[in-house]
Amino acid sequence: MEREQGHVVEYAVLLRVWAALLVLTALLLAASRLSPALAVLALLTLTPLKAWLVLYFFMHLRYEGLLLKGMVLTALSTLLVFIGMLFLDIGFR
Amino acid sequence: MSYLEAQGRGGLLSWLSSTDHKRIALLYLFLLVPLFWVAVSLGFAMRLKHLFAGDFLMSAQTYNALFTVHGVIMIFMFVIPGLPAVFGNFFLPILIGARDVSFPRLNLLSWYFFAAGAALALLSLFTGRGAPDTGWTFYVPFSLRTGTNVPLAVSAAFVLGLSSILTGLNFITTTHRMRAPGMTWHRMPLFVWALYATGWIQVLVTPIIGITLVLVILERLFGIGVFDPAKGGDPLLYQHLFWIYSHPAVYIMIVPAMGAVTEILPTFARRTIFGYRAIAYSSIAIAALGSIVWAHHMFTSGMSDLAGVIFSLFTFLVAVPSAIKVFNWTATLYKGSIDMQPPMLFALAFVFLFCIGGLTGIIQGALGLNIHLHDTYWIVGHFHYVMFGGTGFAFFAALLYWFPKMFGRMVEPKPVFIAWGLMFAGFNLLYGAFLLLGGMGMPRRYYAHLPQFHPGHLAATVGSWLLVAGLLVLFGSLLRALRSGRRAEDDPWGGKTLEWRIPSPPPAENFAEVPVIDAAPYAYNPGRRS
Repeated sequence: MEREQGHVVEYAVLLRVWAALLVLTALLLAASRLSPALAVLALLTLTPLKAWLVLYFFMHLRYEGLLLKGMVLTALSTLLVFIGMLFLDIGFR
Repeated sequence: MSYLEAQGRGGLLSWLSSTDHKRIALLYLFLLVPLFWVAVSLGFAMRLKHLFAGDFLMSAQTYNALFTVHGVIMIFMFVIPGLPAVFGNFFLPILIGARDVSFPRLNLLSWYFFAAGAALALLSLFTGRGAPDTGWTFYVPFSLRTGTNVPLAVSAAFVLGLSSILTGLNFITTTHRMRAPGMTWHRMPLFVWALYATGWIQVLVTPIIGITLVLVILERLFGIGVFDPAKGGDPLLYQHLFWIYSHPAVYIMIVPAMGAVTEILPTFARRTIFGYRAIAYSSIAIAALGSIVWAHHMFTSGMSDLAGVIFSLFTFLVAVPSAIKVFNWTATLYKGSIDMQPPMLFALAFVFLFCIGGLTGIIQGALGLNIHLHDTYWIVGHFHYVMFGGTGFAFFAALLYWFPKMFGRMVEPKPVFIAWGLMFAGFNLLYGAFLLLGGMGMPRRYYAHLPQFHPGHLAATVGSWLLVAGLLVLFGSLLRALRSGRRAEDDPWGGKTLEWRIPSPPPAENFAEVPVIDAAPYAYNPGRRS
């Protein structure tokens, strides 16, 4: 029942998450100016983190049950596996 | 009152606005069948061309367009949606004791996306500077340079993909949320397990082809350079992204077919399915392993040796869950009281032809042999054994099996037996010849052929005549059954799953009272574990 009623997330939380997203974006930009390798590394690590913050707070995944969390994790893990396996070629060509 | 008659408004509008999963299934069927015949006609024309080694019937450019459009229509508009969109939509809710899918309106929207995608694909044939000539794979750099109507065809595939994602999402949610009381995971019919596994593949990998196709359009329009080495891009990245979707798509095509066959075999063998859990989990295993074998399409493309070795290993591994299914089907038949009705005949043909398709797949999955077989008729033969011999025959098996339930009419068996004979003989002559031609070195997609390949081509073309004759007899029987077939009983085959407990055709919301499930499906042998 609790889930069906929805959640009101406090503005303070939303603002903190927004600030974190801005900081992560600034880090991404900075990394892209330092070196291409660092830019790729930052993209592969910080972008999923940003996506996770959006999903977790803005899209209310935090308040969902384990099933839905598991499903989202499955999708993200699949993406990770695909990217990892792509590097089997690109990294060793 | 059945779903065919129910609902206030009559006529076409009542169908086009219906959110009843059964009506939507028929909407798909009515679109898929004409598209299937368009693609069959194109394939038939290509075979006719090979009656002669050189110029005959059509120009080389037309031939290129024909194999492209044949592939695009067959794959994106018949084989991928065939079993899930038609039989999945119709039977998933019924098999789990539900009145509809989780999101009925989204389900109708999926059909509209599908219809729009099909319309765009057909439009791409007659607009722009000619029908696309890239093959259904749209490989770069050719797809970026050809002047033919690639952007529209690619947009069509994008829209069709959207439809597929929404259907998959609906099936996953329905399986989780809509099961009747007592319908635990291990009491679900195995067709539902297959649809569930397929739904996950649809949701997880289809977005990747969507993005890839958008990149092709952006590359063509703005030259962004993602696939262009001159701008720091990588043409092999296109092949990776394409096959990350398109190899699992093969499992979107075959896993529901396996599920349908798993429903048919116990019914006509009068035996409880052997190895219920093994079959159920092998569907999930195929979905998972099938998603990480994509680069076996690229062994000769110049990717790294390490990737080649690892993808070859995974390719061998994916044969294991497929073999689990075949062994369990065989064990189900063992000592069964087999009733050789038309659906059973097509289902058994599926098992036989799928085995040939699967085993030839293992052969070409070996790195060394692949160099010889890549881009030859062997690959075309293997693919058709899996897709037509597998999914195609399973589609007809499912159609014949569930036809009495869907339409309330029985199909006369005798013409179907004749159709099966023609199809089975024609199919093996056609695609068996392809395997031999490929082994001899005949390259695929060639307009002309050398004299030493001519006997094989001749045999294949005669095979195509038999196959099409069989299809005509089959569809003639189905149409006759629709018009004047004998009325079907509620359970004409003696099936044990839920669809056979409701009237033929079913009422609008399937069940007057939602059933309570207290046993496993396929209860043919009381007292034995399923």
